[in-house]
Amino acid sequence: MIVTKQKPIEEIVKSLEGENNIFLVGCSVCADECQTGGETATKELIEKLKTSGKNVTGFAVINAPCHVLLTKKDLKVHKEAIDKSDAILITACGACAQSVSEIIEKPVRPASNTLFLGNIERHGHFHEHCSMCGECVISFTDGICPITNCAKGLLNGPCGGMNKGKCEISTEERPVDCAWVLIYERLKKFNHLEKFKNIQPAKNYSKHIKPDRLILERKK
Amino acid sequence: MNTLKNALETDKFIITAEAGPPKGTDVQEMLHSTSLLKEKVDAVNVTDNQSSVMRLGSLGASKLILEHGLDPIYQLTCRDRNRLAIQSDLLSAHVLGIRNVLALTGDHTQAGDHKQAKPVFDIESVQLLQVISTLNRGMDMNGNLLKGKTEFTMGATVTPEADPIEPQILKFEKKVKAGAQFFQTQAVYDTKKMEEFMETARHFPVKIIGGILLLKSAKMARFLNKFVPGIRVPDELINELEKSEKPLETGIQIAARQINEFRSICDGVHVMAIGMEDKVPLILEKAGI
Repeated sequence: MIVTKQKPIEEIVKSLEGENNIFLVGCSVCADECQTGGETATKELIEKLKTSGKNVTGFAVINAPCHVLLTKKDLKVHKEAIDKSDAILITACGACAQSVSEIIEKPVRPASNTLFLGNIERHGHFHEHCSMCGECVISFTDGICPITNCAKGLLNGPCGGMNKGKCEISTEERPVDCAWVLIYERLKKFNHLEKFKNIQPAKNYSKHIKPDRLILERKK
Repeated sequence: MNTLKNALETDKFIITAEAGPPKGTDVQEMLHSTSLLKEKVDAVNVTDNQSSVMRLGSLGASKLILEHGLDPIYQLTCRDRNRLAIQSDLLSAHVLGIRNVLALTGDHTQAGDHKQAKPVFDIESVQLLQVISTLNRGMDMNGNLLKGKTEFTMGATVTPEADPIEPQILKFEKKVKAGAQFFQTQAVYDTKKMEEFMETARHFPVKIIGGILLLKSAKMARFLNKFVPGIRVPDELINELEKSEKPLETGIQIAARQINEFRSICDGVHVMAIGMEDKVPLILEKAGI
C-alpha cells in the first residue's frame, strides 16, 4: 500500500496562491487507509480550505485514481465542477496526482506527501519493507529484505554501526532493528547460515530504471 | 614508500596511526602532527569524511601525507560514491602513488553534518574489497580490461566487541574471502575480548591490528559507551580517569599500557587520537616503541 501523509494546511494553501476555485480528488483505497484522501479526510480538508477563503467547486473520492482509465470515467460526471475550478487538489498519492494531471487540463496540487510502499502492521501503523528495486533478493535471507530494512541497503552483513542489535540510525524515539541481525537470527533458525557466508554481488540497479514500465501481453 | 606492505610481510609488530583531514583547506596542523610520526609508524590512516562530517578528501590528504614521507592508508567509504566514482578514485589514488586502501562502508549520513544528503551505498565494504582485488588483476568490476592495473594492499575493519558478535564474525570471514590482507579493529579496551576475537581471527591468513583509542577524560569514555557502536570502556578505566588530576596524561598511560598488552596478542596496533594526533608519539614512547 502507498503511504501518504497530509501536508500542513499552510503549505497546501500557499501552493494554491492565486487559485481560488478548487476541485478535490481523493482515493478510497490507500489514501483512505492513511486518513489522507478518503471521504472523511477530504471533507475535513474542504472545511479547512473554506476557512482559508477558498471556494470548493466539488470533490470526487475515487476507487484508486492511479487507474487512469477508470478515473477518466469517474471524473466525467464532475465535468462542470472541474471546469469551474482553477486547480485540482489531490488528497491521494503522487501517482494518483499524475493520473489526474494526465486526464484534466488544469494545474494539479498535491495535498499529501507520498512516503513509501508500506505494510499495515495494524490500523494506522505502517512499516516500509519493500523498495521496489526490480530484482527481489529475499530468497537468500529467507524472507527479510536487506535493501529496505537496512538503512544502507547492505547485502553482505551488518556494518560497524550495529549496536546491541540496533541500527546506527536508531534512536530512543525511533528504534530501528539491525536488519542483518534479524537476517542472521532467521537464517540460524532455519539452519541456513551457509547462505550468510556467500558473498552477494553488487546489486544490478539497471533492473529498475526510472521511469519504469511494464506492458503485459494480452492473454488469449 | 611502502612501509606498511613491508611490515605486513614480516613478523614486525605493526604500528599505524590516524590523520583526520581538516574541515577546510588549512592542512598545516594535520601535516605537523603526521610529521611527528615519521620513522615511528608503518602507515597513517587518512579518514574519509569521518562520521559523515564533510572535510578535506582522503585522496588529496593521502597524497600530501605521502609527499611528506609517510605511507598513507587511504580510507575509502561507499557512502558518498557510486561504483564508477569509487573505481575512478582508486585509479587516481594509484597514479598518485598511494598503495594502501582501507575499504569501508561508511557511517550513515544521519550521523554527520549534512543529514539532508542522499546516501549512496551503491556497493559496500565486502564488494569494495572484491572491486579492489579485481583492479589489482587489471580489470574493472565488469571485467573490462584496464590500461595498467593497480597494486593495492587491502585492509578492512572489524568490531571485536560487537553485540551480537556472530554476524560480525561471518562478515569478517567474507572480507577475508574478498581479499582483505589486514584488519584494523574498532577500539578494544578489554584485552580478554581481544584475545577471544584473536582465537577466531588466527584461523585466517590476515594481520590483525588492534584499535587503540586515546581516552581524554571520563566524560569522553562515557560518551563512547553511550554513542559509539562496538566500543566498551570498562568501569575500572572510567574510574581511573575520574580519579586522575590529569586525565589526559592518564589516558596516554592507559593507551601505552594497552599497546603493551596487545603486543603478545595481535599483529600490531592502530592508534587513534581524534584531534590529539600530536600526542601519538608520546603514547608510543611510553609504550617503549
